[in-house]
Amino acid sequence: MSVGLSSASMSPVAGSLDRTKGSCSAGAARRGRRASRVKYALIIILFLAPSAIPLVYFTVYPMFSALWVSFHKWNLLSDMTWVGVGNYIDLIHDPLTQRAFLNSVLYIVGYFPLVYVGGLGLAIALNSAVPFRNFLRGVYFLPVVTSWIVVALVWRWLLNPSGGVANYLLSLVGVQGPGWWTDPHWALPSIILASAWKDLGFVMVILLAGLQSIPQDLYEAARVDGAGWWARLRHITFPMLTPSTFFVTVISLINGFQVFDQVYAMTGGGPAGASTVVVERVYDLTFRYSQAGTASALSWMLFLLVLLVTVVQMIGQRKWVNYA
Amino acid sequence: MSRLTHLVRLGLAAVVGLSLAACSNGTPGGTSSTAGSEDVTITYTNFISAGANEANLTKIVDAFEAANPGITVDVKTLPYADYFTALQTDIAGGTVADVFDIEYANYKAYQANGVLAAIKGVDTSVYQANLAQAYATDGTQYALPSSFSNVVLYYNKDLFDAAGVAYPAADWTWADEKAAAEKLTNQEAGQWGDYQPISYNEYYKVVAQAGGKYLNAGGTDTAFNTPQGIAAAKWLVEKSGTVMPTAEQGAGTADFDSKLFADGKLAMWHTGIWMFGSLADVPFAWDIAVEPGDTTKASAMFSNAMAISATSKHAEAAQKWVEYMTSSDVMVDTRLAAGWELPPISDEAKLGAYLKAGAPANRQAVFDALDKVALSPSIGDNQAQMQDLVTEQLTEAAAGRVSVEEAVAAAATKVDPLLK
Repeated sequence: MSVGLSSASMSPVAGSLDRTKGSCSAGAARRGRRASRVKYALIIILFLAPSAIPLVYFTVYPMFSALWVSFHKWNLLSDMTWVGVGNYIDLIHDPLTQRAFLNSVLYIVGYFPLVYVGGLGLAIALNSAVPFRNFLRGVYFLPVVTSWIVVALVWRWLLNPSGGVANYLLSLVGVQGPGWWTDPHWALPSIILASAWKDLGFVMVILLAGLQSIPQDLYEAARVDGAGWWARLRHITFPMLTPSTFFVTVISLINGFQVFDQVYAMTGGGPAGASTVVVERVYDLTFRYSQAGTASALSWMLFLLVLLVTVVQMIGQRKWVNYA
Repeated sequence: MSRLTHLVRLGLAAVVGLSLAACSNGTPGGTSSTAGSEDVTITYTNFISAGANEANLTKIVDAFEAANPGITVDVKTLPYADYFTALQTDIAGGTVADVFDIEYANYKAYQANGVLAAIKGVDTSVYQANLAQAYATDGTQYALPSSFSNVVLYYNKDLFDAAGVAYPAADWTWADEKAAAEKLTNQEAGQWGDYQPISYNEYYKVVAQAGGKYLNAGGTDTAFNTPQGIAAAKWLVEKSGTVMPTAEQGAGTADFDSKLFADGKLAMWHTGIWMFGSLADVPFAWDIAVEPGDTTKASAMFSNAMAISATSKHAEAAQKWVEYMTSSDVMVDTRLAAGWELPPISDEAKLGAYLKAGAPANRQAVFDALDKVALSPSIGDNQAQMQDLVTEQLTEAAAGRVSVEEAVAAAATKVDPLLK
């Protein structure tokens, strides 16, 4: 490469040093700085382009098209008509949409503790010297890379109200199993169960990496001081694991609000809307009910909510995440 | 879910995007640049051949191209489940084919939104009158029927013989069906007397069978929250758990009913004539009858149609293809030989081969059922929402979570605003 990557102008620190020199040839220096800055920007653009172009074309551009559509009434077939914020107002008053938001929140409330505690347990177990450790890690990660449609069909079968494995096992201990996905009270828990099972491996891998980056001498020192298993977990593992925990929390919440595949494949939002979630409602509004404008407005409401929740988490993390 | 899933999604979005771009490049097709020649390529997107009849469609396309030199038909086949999502997206994106399939239930929505080109100068007398009329608005034809099918009562003769019950006859009413279903149900043995889906698609028809109306005369309000409408809902709902499996036992899931019947565990089954083919090898005797009614008979009839896009640049060639695919002898013969859905033509002499094509023996019932037909209301943009609301309330009643009366009243209240 002929571009002078080695030049000190690459670093802003060097740039500020330059400025302090205050030499008489300030004009020439400024011109030189500008030229190298342009070069620098071009290089950055070159490296970013392979990911930035698809991102802009397939994500950013559709997002803002959707924002435009969200201010219109549009059935996908004829021309759009401007309705201003009418779609947003309709959605706020729509009981099914309220239900969808509530269900999305309930999903997260049920799903996150399950997947975190389960993932942490697995990570701790598979971080110790158990036999076939690597094999087991692979096995637990397998559901993560399996298609949701396959997983949903398997869980539909496991939780089949009549003749399903889950209810058969429950009957062995004298419990009459519920109707699972045919019962409005159990439809969402069924989905939560399947989701937690599928994502367990992902949480495990993140937390496992976090566990392995904890220096062993901390544990040794604690042992010397007479700390037991629980004290070590409480005072070393948890605090040292907070960056991984934070990452898992942010990702799980974002994914939780975007949950769709499993709902669509397991219950289709039923029975009678008992397990409908926001993204599923977006899909229905667009492709089943010909209300693309309303659906776009709902997408943007969801986006803003996820953004808000994530920003709050980002600010809140200063109080509890330990990057020591 | 993982970052990996996101990567996969992004990749998928890119692939879909690229393939859409490819489609949009491909669609204009049309007048090839060779000066002087009038070669035209028209595109045709269909679901009617998906699954089993792709080769039969190719046969008809080949015959059409041979008879119309200079016109090439470029066929794209999509499964029914994805078809209308893809069609809407193509229309919204301006990449819709010259000719595409629609069905009666959504004809009105497409017509009212100006998506369909008027089809002029067609001799509609070659089609069954009620089918051709179904696709005309204010005296103008906007699509031509390509096939029809209807729903009849299938029955397992062996189970009827074993129980000593007389076979369903043309003069049967609901009461006869109910009495037979009760005698033929043996829950311990996993044998059921009857199966009829608890959904909108059955409901509007059984309302007619009970002598009621689904909508009022102007189509501005529902008219099913009446004693007849409630009787109709009870007819469906009360089968569940008595002579028919419940949702918890699997009813309503894909292929559950066809498997039950093919396994010889179901005595009577309300379903469409499109299932004939799948029962070719069952090890028991079976036949069909016109569905029993309550105060009157009423059979569901479904039809598919072909339409020309309002934006097509080759409307003339497209219309030739549409007429050929909906009324030519090659189409009639191909459909009848293949046991594909029935051709929509009016000349019953040409349909003679169908009556002798093998099991079921009583194929005449398919035509007898056409004497009293209940067509699904077609209400435009809100069609799918209406269907979902009615099915949802009936399902709630079948699960025992609300009474039938409450369900019917709730359905009427929720559907009414969709009709305005």
